[in-house]
Amino acid sequence: MKSITKQKPFKEIEQQLEGLDRVYIAGCGTCATMTKTGGREEVLAMREQLQKLGKLITGWIVIPTACDEMTEVAVKENDGAIQNAACILVMACALGVHKLSTYIDKLVIPALDTLFIGIEDAPGCFQEVCAQCGQCVLGQTAGICPLTACHKGLLNGPCGGTNNGKCEVDKEKDCAWTLIYQRLKEQGRLDMMRKYYSPRDYNVAPRPRTTRIA
Amino acid sequence: MAPSFREVLRSGRFVITSEIGPPKGTNIEKMLHHIDLLRDKVDALNVTDHQSSVMRFPSIGGCLAIKERGGEPILQVTCRDRNRLALQAELLFAYTRGVRNVLCLTGDAVVVGDHKAAKGVFDLDSAQLLKAIRQMESGKDLGGNDLDGAVEFCAGAIVTPEANPLEPQLIKFEKKVEAGAEFFQTQAIYDLDKFAKFMEYARQFQVKILAGIILLVSAKMAKYMTDNVPGVFVPQNVIDELAAAPKGEALNKGVEIAGRMIATIKKESMCHGVHVMAIGREEVVPNILKAAGLAT
Repeated sequence: MKSITKQKPFKEIEQQLEGLDRVYIAGCGTCATMTKTGGREEVLAMREQLQKLGKLITGWIVIPTACDEMTEVAVKENDGAIQNAACILVMACALGVHKLSTYIDKLVIPALDTLFIGIEDAPGCFQEVCAQCGQCVLGQTAGICPLTACHKGLLNGPCGGTNNGKCEVDKEKDCAWTLIYQRLKEQGRLDMMRKYYSPRDYNVAPRPRTTRIA
Repeated sequence: MAPSFREVLRSGRFVITSEIGPPKGTNIEKMLHHIDLLRDKVDALNVTDHQSSVMRFPSIGGCLAIKERGGEPILQVTCRDRNRLALQAELLFAYTRGVRNVLCLTGDAVVVGDHKAAKGVFDLDSAQLLKAIRQMESGKDLGGNDLDGAVEFCAGAIVTPEANPLEPQLIKFEKKVEAGAEFFQTQAIYDLDKFAKFMEYARQFQVKILAGIILLVSAKMAKYMTDNVPGVFVPQNVIDELAAAPKGEALNKGVEIAGRMIATIKKESMCHGVHVMAIGREEVVPNILKAAGLAT
């Protein structure tokens, strides 16, 4: 499982940093390193780009796992350079941004957009397979999540926009319900697709979602 | 009093419906003109609901205009733009204003339309919307609360007889039947042999099927539809027929083809009626009906 990120357009980063001349950059050694959005290489490239804009980079770090508790230690060890900056530019997913903002009493600015929690199904190719809805239906849909893999999140079968097994919104994307149909057919379980599913309960895990292990 | 659309469907006679596309803006003159042109020539008129996810004057507004002018409207309702509260509220309102027919659709994706950045809702799907109507008819809303005054609708849905693969669509079709659909308007069909095969299957269900007839205005349009519209296949001989029409005559040829298909469907009692869609060429719908030998 990885938190999949994409670097924001540089113009947007530039706008966020307007009036902030001293910048500390923090990357992440886990997901953002694997997706090549916030590893050492990307952090150094960002440093260079910002220096060209005339920013002073007070320091940089690639935190082993930015969303982890140990981030507090990394922040303390680099307190001097961090305090010397007007803001922290974070090249980690939003979990890392959130974590850093709890330890640092300065502006924390995301350089990345967090897209989804995904798995790597081929080298460098990440897929969103779970939308973390809080009400898993995979047992009825042959292990393919219609809420995630179907553009409209439909529960009762395909819409009329599917064509030749592809999705209405993108001919490159598979129609989730065609895939579910094929798998259930192979398993001789099309009865599961014939079953009517009631409207979802969006209150099953109200936002903000939280849990406490007993 | 004119019979209701449900009564017409149950009468056993050949049913004709057509479609009105509301304007983008407040100039409703053209829409009213189309309503006046068609309301006495068909059994009911659908009003599209932000067709192709393009923001327009609302379906309910078109339906009220049809009612005011003495026609029978079919309210198209998609699940794309409203959650279950808004959908139910729309149905309550429609009922109080005399709208008695609803066509339940999932709706196109937002990104195919002209507000690509908008949020697609899809809180319900078409089968769930049909079921919601039946629940509201029992006097309860989707939250299980009592309604002070229930609704009653003749509810319909759509089906694509030539979808590929077909079976998933047929499973959905059956779910819609079970959820309470009384009639189906099909995606455009052009190959009557294939349609006859679909009807062999569909006839086993106690629902009325209205064959979708989309007017072809050129060979180019026919090819475009075949290449781009899911489940629509215009046979080569029809494309050739349009292409062979003399310059400026393609539209008339399209009218002739549509009329011929309707006449055959009726003559051979292939299904229970037709739904004629002229998409922007509503002016010629009377000519299509005339060509089909149905004009009154």
